[in-house]
Amino acid sequence: MSELRDLYQEVVLDHGRHPHNFRHMDEASHQSVGFNPLCGDKLTLFLRYEDDVVQDVSFQGSGCAISTASASLLTDAIKGKSRAEVEELIAAFLDMLTAESPPDPERLGKLAVLSGVRDFPVRVKCATLSWRTLEAALGGTDEVTTE
Amino acid sequence: MGTRMMPVGAYDVEAVRRDFPILRQQVYGKPLAYLDNAATTQKPQGVIDAVSEYYARSNANIHRGVHFLSEQATAAYEAVRDKARAFVGAADRSEIIFLRGTTEAVNLVAQAYGRSNLGPGDEVLITTMEHHSNIVPWQILCEQTGAALRVAPINDDGEVILEEYERLLRERTRIVGITHISNSLGTINPVREMIAMARRHGATVLVDGAQATAHTRVDVGALDCDFYTVSGHKMLAPTGVGFLYGRRQILDAMPPYQGGGDMIASVSFEKTTYNRLPQKFEAGTPHIAGVLGLGAAIDYLQEVGLERVAAHEEDLLDYATQKIAAIPGVRLVGTAQRKAAIVGFTLEQVHPHDVGTILDREGVAVRAGHHCAQPVMERFGVAATVRASFALYNTREEVDALERAILKVREFFA
Repeated sequence: MSELRDLYQEVVLDHGRHPHNFRHMDEASHQSVGFNPLCGDKLTLFLRYEDDVVQDVSFQGSGCAISTASASLLTDAIKGKSRAEVEELIAAFLDMLTAESPPDPERLGKLAVLSGVRDFPVRVKCATLSWRTLEAALGGTDEVTTE
Repeated sequence: MGTRMMPVGAYDVEAVRRDFPILRQQVYGKPLAYLDNAATTQKPQGVIDAVSEYYARSNANIHRGVHFLSEQATAAYEAVRDKARAFVGAADRSEIIFLRGTTEAVNLVAQAYGRSNLGPGDEVLITTMEHHSNIVPWQILCEQTGAALRVAPINDDGEVILEEYERLLRERTRIVGITHISNSLGTINPVREMIAMARRHGATVLVDGAQATAHTRVDVGALDCDFYTVSGHKMLAPTGVGFLYGRRQILDAMPPYQGGGDMIASVSFEKTTYNRLPQKFEAGTPHIAGVLGLGAAIDYLQEVGLERVAAHEEDLLDYATQKIAAIPGVRLVGTAQRKAAIVGFTLEQVHPHDVGTILDREGVAVRAGHHCAQPVMERFGVAATVRASFALYNTREEVDALERAILKVREFFA
């Protein structure tokens, strides 16, 4: 059960149950829909990105505890950040779950609570869905799938 | 509890389990409870041996060799056709076409039969509970021919609404594609009645038997369907093999599906003549080892007895349904009167994927997701379900392990 506790840390369960910034955004400058065809999970990510700062970010959709928590943590992590900072965070997050040697936890801050997902390869796509969707939104792509 | 044809004691599930080497293992230190049989079934030693012995002793290409091994391989391969014919009650061995599986079988019928028989204004009728593989090939066909796809709705228990189904059978309904057993809901469709209705309207009927043949006896003659698709790996045989039963007159009139070796009688640049049935539809070197494994799987199921298997699985279904439904927060998805041993459910407040991960760590293998049946998920207003699906080697103890694991999930997410 200890690996499961590493996966589902209290913080993760909390974000899963009560996600932050879980709302629609009318005035979004960027938005994208992420889809995980494996499980049918779908989320829409909204960004208001102005003057090279993420002024506001929110998401909507349905997903498992991991994907919901990851999206919720994402919104907390990138608000107020510049594009370069956001891109660095995306890279660090993806490295945390998929790179051979995980990155320095300093780069990740609170996002490190999701590091346990590494040990559950089938769940990596749940955690990365919102981050891939963020990448797509910034890149001007409307839709992305994890396949 | 349902009534049974036979006392459960007469069925020696432990003896059956001994035939499946993969079941003798632990995962994460817990005994494996493999409850993902609707995705694929495990293989008995006889099937594994049939495949490895073919490669160890008699590997050769079929239908063309002049040497000893090729003759042996050809004879063994064609002997499985006879077994398959008898297994589904077909009249003639040429009505059995070996393919990669049910997906390829539906695609073959859609393309080889559908494209030459359907046009604008014609209709294909399926049901809401179809697997994607009995939806998408028809959508492609409709796009190619200008025909329209119609869908017969299901009720809240996951049963086809027969009056609606019959209402949708019209003069222009050319093809009806229905599943025998739903992979996501477990519903056993009244296929005999549905086929009779369709045939009264002059439609050609394909039955998707992917979920049926390891669990119930199939008789295509009694069903009176035109096509019946069989998946090997869902009935104890290897992956990548299955077969299509097709009514002989219809197969004869159909153009080939794929061109290549073995499906021709003679080839020249001016004119190629096709081989006769069944080779006309078996272009290229087939999955010979897989077909031999399928033959061993048929032998095994016949030996254990499908009636006994069905009675055992019905007992498991009753037991599992009762246990799982009693867990607080559980909603069963698929509560048809006639069901195969498939239990789909959701758990309040917990996403099926999270349920699946925790069950996995308890040694319980289930499927969590949309089960390649997204329209079914939409019909029931869920993104996904957890699905426990049983086979001849499962036990009541494994149902107990499932129940304990679900209770752990509740504790975990409480």
